[in-house]
Amino acid sequence: MKTFKIGGIHPKENKLSAGKKIEPTPIPEMVYIPMSQHIGAPAKPIVAVGDTVKAGTKIGESSGFVSANIFSSISGTVEKIDNIADASGFKKQTVIIKSDGTDTWEETIDRSTDLIKSTNLTPDEIKAKIIEAGIVGMGGATFPLGVKLSPPKDVTITHILVNGVECEPYLTADHSLMLEKAEEICVGVELLKKVLGINTAIIGIENNKPDAIEKMQNAASAYTGTQVVPLKVKYPQGSEKHLIQALIGVEVPSRKLPASVGVIVSNVASVFAVYEAVMKNKPLFERVVTVTGTSVKNPSNFLVRLGTRTGDLFPLVGGIPEDTDKIISGGPMMGKSISSVEIPITKGSSGVVCMTENEAHRKKEQNCIRCGRCVEACPIGLEPYLLNTLAKKSMIPELLEHNITECIACGSCSFSCPANKPLLDYIRLGKAKAIQATMEKK
Amino acid sequence: MLVNTILLLCIIGVIAGFALYFVAKKFKVNENPLYGEVEAMLPGANCGGCGFPGCRKFGEKLVDSPTLEGLYCSVGGAETMDKIGTFLNKTIEKKDMQVAVVKCSGSCNKRQITSNYEGISSCAFSVSFYAGNTACSFGCFGLGDCEKACQFGGIKINPETKLPEVDPIKCTACGQCASACPQHLIELRKTNKKDMKIYVGCSNKDKGAVARKACSAACIGCGKCAKTCPNEAITVTDFLAYIDPNKCKLCRKCVEGCPTGAIIETNFPPRIKKEDTTTEANN
Repeated sequence: MKTFKIGGIHPKENKLSAGKKIEPTPIPEMVYIPMSQHIGAPAKPIVAVGDTVKAGTKIGESSGFVSANIFSSISGTVEKIDNIADASGFKKQTVIIKSDGTDTWEETIDRSTDLIKSTNLTPDEIKAKIIEAGIVGMGGATFPLGVKLSPPKDVTITHILVNGVECEPYLTADHSLMLEKAEEICVGVELLKKVLGINTAIIGIENNKPDAIEKMQNAASAYTGTQVVPLKVKYPQGSEKHLIQALIGVEVPSRKLPASVGVIVSNVASVFAVYEAVMKNKPLFERVVTVTGTSVKNPSNFLVRLGTRTGDLFPLVGGIPEDTDKIISGGPMMGKSISSVEIPITKGSSGVVCMTENEAHRKKEQNCIRCGRCVEACPIGLEPYLLNTLAKKSMIPELLEHNITECIACGSCSFSCPANKPLLDYIRLGKAKAIQATMEKK
Repeated sequence: MLVNTILLLCIIGVIAGFALYFVAKKFKVNENPLYGEVEAMLPGANCGGCGFPGCRKFGEKLVDSPTLEGLYCSVGGAETMDKIGTFLNKTIEKKDMQVAVVKCSGSCNKRQITSNYEGISSCAFSVSFYAGNTACSFGCFGLGDCEKACQFGGIKINPETKLPEVDPIKCTACGQCASACPQHLIELRKTNKKDMKIYVGCSNKDKGAVARKACSAACIGCGKCAKTCPNEAITVTDFLAYIDPNKCKLCRKCVEGCPTGAIIETNFPPRIKKEDTTTEANN
């Protein structure tokens, strides 16, 4: 079975909500929709206080090439446009909408669940619809999909890779989506193929999800050129560059985008959003979110309207468990712990994980014993113990020499360290300093 | 036997002496003797506060450049610069005495703590992914990057308040702490011999209500100080007051009027003179 070549770890999977049906959440009374839910320039709000909006009304206009439109997720009135703290605690422009309780959608959106298999739209029209719908990479990196679909002229795209790996422990959002929307995802893949004018697509799924592999294989068998490939379980296989290596055996050169080797990678959730945007005219305003944790009573997958406060999801799983010491937005490996449950769900939030007291805290740091486990674990082939020391001493030229900028911050080194050293902390610090130093030189 | 050894050592000594003499003659580097003398006058801290890599380079620059405009050693201060000026026969730029001030007074009992931080002790790192463990995203992290950057022991984190405190005697105004602070909370401000100064001890640019909710010592941008100031030294931008040190005449009217106590005065009589600079204005 295929996987990427070097490094990688096997954290305990804890997929507690696997196989649970996707339940739509009740419409929240208020939604807080940040204008910056993607990498790139924040969107510009195009509504004013007091405006009436429906679900699917555009409220934020993309403000550049690398940017994305933002849509209202409920119907109601714009209460306020204010700066609200996001998951990092820094304040960002946010549109606050109060629900009118009716949940009226824009008329253009097709709310039926019928599967539409083909369309007469031209590739350019499909691409325009994808860009208009504000679709971004929903695995967590939130890179606007429209940009991925506009590769530079000198590269030819040969493969579309669909990321159904979900290598983060606990999370099952993509898994449940593949179980329930396999057909739609395959149609989404067909649409992407049409946009790029190619006929090769590979869907990669880790083999801890045999049910999803079977479903997807059945759905994909109707289409020529779409192939489902089971992958060996290994973290961080969901990383773009590692998935490419695992599926087609090509290594993306350093500091290059996947397009440079003729590949476009997209998450299954994004592909599903493409289907909805093109076939149902539905812009991106809801997504599947896993709410889980070892002591959560009823870990589940929910279809959540973007802008719903994280706190509104807990009553649906039986409340925040008493022994919770940390709440993480995203997966436990790469997610961010949040300091308030007021923080809204955005396009990139794939899960909310409650960590118990025992799980949440770091263990006491001890001395490095040069065991080399971090070197073995690093999926890029870096030497984390060395980078840690160099970063501590701010030795920028040496850090650059040892390719610190290649680090993808997956956390495999910190996870595997028997001395509990905060390796990734220092590497991140060193990487930030190194990038700053090279920017200044330019 | 002993005599032989001594003789041999003497001969080696003489030969080596001649060799060194010729080597020194042959490879002698001709340099301006003033360089060394000026360097000796400088404090030798090699802090980089002047913008040059160490005192030697700064000394060379002082000797070489025709005017001394923009060249100032804040560590040595006016005394050292005057000495160098008379030695080199050049006019020295006059500069006010400066000291670092921390524009955050949100100590533990004033700012609401929202989370526990367990990562490495570095402000630069923690700012890279979150806004700090308090409700104020502009304030001090208290992880001590400034303390680590200071070579003179002039700034220290107070373990009780978790805020840095400047020792005005040790502070040389080299600016290392100011550039180390990722939140840009440290400013070099004009001071006088008694270190009397007035400044706004807050950097929060949020609206008054939001700032006040996050921290009881926050500047809420009410503008009362700007109105009371007889010298028009205070401007309020983004809900944050700033006192221009060049216009401020140290009258203390703004300090008395500030509703949140965000304006800080130091070392004014009749208050007891303290070594640190965070004496609170409370009336």
